[in-house]
Amino acid sequence: MQVATGSSILNGIAIGKIRIYKAPKFEIKEALVDDPAPELERFEQARVKVQDQQQVLYDKAVKAAGEESAAIFQFHMDMLDDDDLLDAVKTIITDQHHTAEYAAQHGFENTAQMFKDMDDPYFQARSADVLDVGNSVISVLLGLDTDSLQGSEPSILVAEDLAPSETVRLDKSLLLGMITREGSSTSHTAILARSMNLPTLIQCKDISDDWDGKFAILDGYNSCVYIEPTQDLIDSLTKKRNEDLRQEALLQELKGKTNTTIDGKTIKVYANIGGPQDVGAVQVNDAEGVGLFRSEFVYLNSTEDPSEEVQFQAYKRVLETLAPKLVIIRTCDIGADKTIDYMNLAKEENPALGFRAIRISLSRKDFFKRQLRALLRASAYGNLGIMFPMIISLREVRECKEILEECRKELEAEGKNVSDKIQIGIMVETPAAAICADALAEEVDFFSLGTNDLTQYTLAIDRQNAKLEPFSDTHHPAVLKEIQMTIEAGHRHGCWVGICGELGADTTLTETFLRMGVDELSVNPRSVLPLRKVIRSIDLSRNPEEGNA
Amino acid sequence: MKEFKYTITDPVGIHARPAGLLVKEVKKHASAIKIANKDGKSADAKKLLALMGLGIRQGDEITVTVEGDDEAEAAAAIEAFLKANL
Repeated sequence: MQVATGSSILNGIAIGKIRIYKAPKFEIKEALVDDPAPELERFEQARVKVQDQQQVLYDKAVKAAGEESAAIFQFHMDMLDDDDLLDAVKTIITDQHHTAEYAAQHGFENTAQMFKDMDDPYFQARSADVLDVGNSVISVLLGLDTDSLQGSEPSILVAEDLAPSETVRLDKSLLLGMITREGSSTSHTAILARSMNLPTLIQCKDISDDWDGKFAILDGYNSCVYIEPTQDLIDSLTKKRNEDLRQEALLQELKGKTNTTIDGKTIKVYANIGGPQDVGAVQVNDAEGVGLFRSEFVYLNSTEDPSEEVQFQAYKRVLETLAPKLVIIRTCDIGADKTIDYMNLAKEENPALGFRAIRISLSRKDFFKRQLRALLRASAYGNLGIMFPMIISLREVRECKEILEECRKELEAEGKNVSDKIQIGIMVETPAAAICADALAEEVDFFSLGTNDLTQYTLAIDRQNAKLEPFSDTHHPAVLKEIQMTIEAGHRHGCWVGICGELGADTTLTETFLRMGVDELSVNPRSVLPLRKVIRSIDLSRNPEEGNA
Repeated sequence: MKEFKYTITDPVGIHARPAGLLVKEVKKHASAIKIANKDGKSADAKKLLALMGLGIRQGDEITVTVEGDDEAEAAAAIEAFLKANL
């Protein structure tokens, strides 16, 4: 048995034979042609064909991985419309009488070199895209059948590196997993592998041609591959893989289904996300929207106070990608356990009860307005909800709304587009908000229960202190009662109520929450489908065996 | 001829996706439209790869020149596009 390690793209196991995948070697003759016209025509036909191929890849990638990951294929199509590149190839044909494939090879290589010579790593990396498209054109011209490279039985593919179009073009029914010597975790291939849920190992330096045809297990959990593994390993990893498959199949079956109980009550299941990088997970896990988008990432990923423009771009991208799904963005929740140097927050005796979240925003109006203006501008690109954290009083909500209105007026005066359908809500995460929910509900469109803080504040138990674990009870009747009060108060005033804390994903409470009348549960993207499964198994018309709180 | 300046705010600069959209926008107009980077190197904005070859990044000030029959309208459209996308 040989063990080789690499860097794992996702937790999963692939079991099967190794197939060494070699990118097609082009044998391009330097022979000259007398008449360039037929070569120009061949190039044009190949160009159109590759553009069609890229369109197919684009559609495929949108389905498998979402629009963000697919954008690269749009770029490939646009590239094939670029006059400079096409002229470069055509000139080699007409002036030097070379064949279409020779001209394509050199024309694309020269353009790739231009990108390679640039300073910025983003632009440098585009040289791989140019070569990728060039190779597709050459393959078509040479009549190479790239499909046969995979062999005829399902296998774990081993390659030096895989171009994005190669990854997408691979026949998934023959693909158990992928191992490459090169590649980075942010490369398109890794992103696609992740969204197609394929166990993949990159930067595996020990790959070898000798592996071809050998039986192997790719263990994504432990970032390694076993070549000719022992029977013990085969048994234990097969068992693990079968569990994964069962779960996966179940989830695939639930995609596109509504979150409806047996007796017909439907609620929404949204996802909690921490930044634009999680958008793919929202799509892949079929969340109906985003119930909590923590805006802290724009502050934490920056060494200085982020400008309105930077924030606008980040919010816009998420809203645009997920439109028309509702995306609820929570305003800055810095403070307590999350601190940032440039915010110059003083050390506090009791930070959880201190200067944090909306308290900072309302004390630093310019800072708050930058975020609100960015949010309002982004609202024109999707379906936005704005949520204020750590609210304890009516006065605070009114003040937030006044500042928001002030920003809206300013932007309108500046001629900027702002949506008039933005939902406004608050986190209910303090006992004060739960108790005053009736009054607060009149001011907002929705409530979102932040059960982590609500529990900490209700039970007076510091959630960072492990010693308090034995005293803590996440199902404490006081917390459940506050949730019930909040839902009822919200509904009395036409306000919908969701839960975005960890309790929302606790499936032992799902039935309880449904009986309380909750309208929405927002959970981490991976919990969306498991939660849907639980909801669909609940029958509210049946007498509950346990009384609800 | 119309000319205006614009500072790029997109964190990745004029990257593949907006560059593709920009070229499509530019092609809607009859005028000749050129974009120059902060070093004065300029490219025909109807050409995707040349445009990306300028290596324009966040914070860079670009100069857009528009010349032709529909220059007023084209310049306004390009400026609006830049503001919305880059």
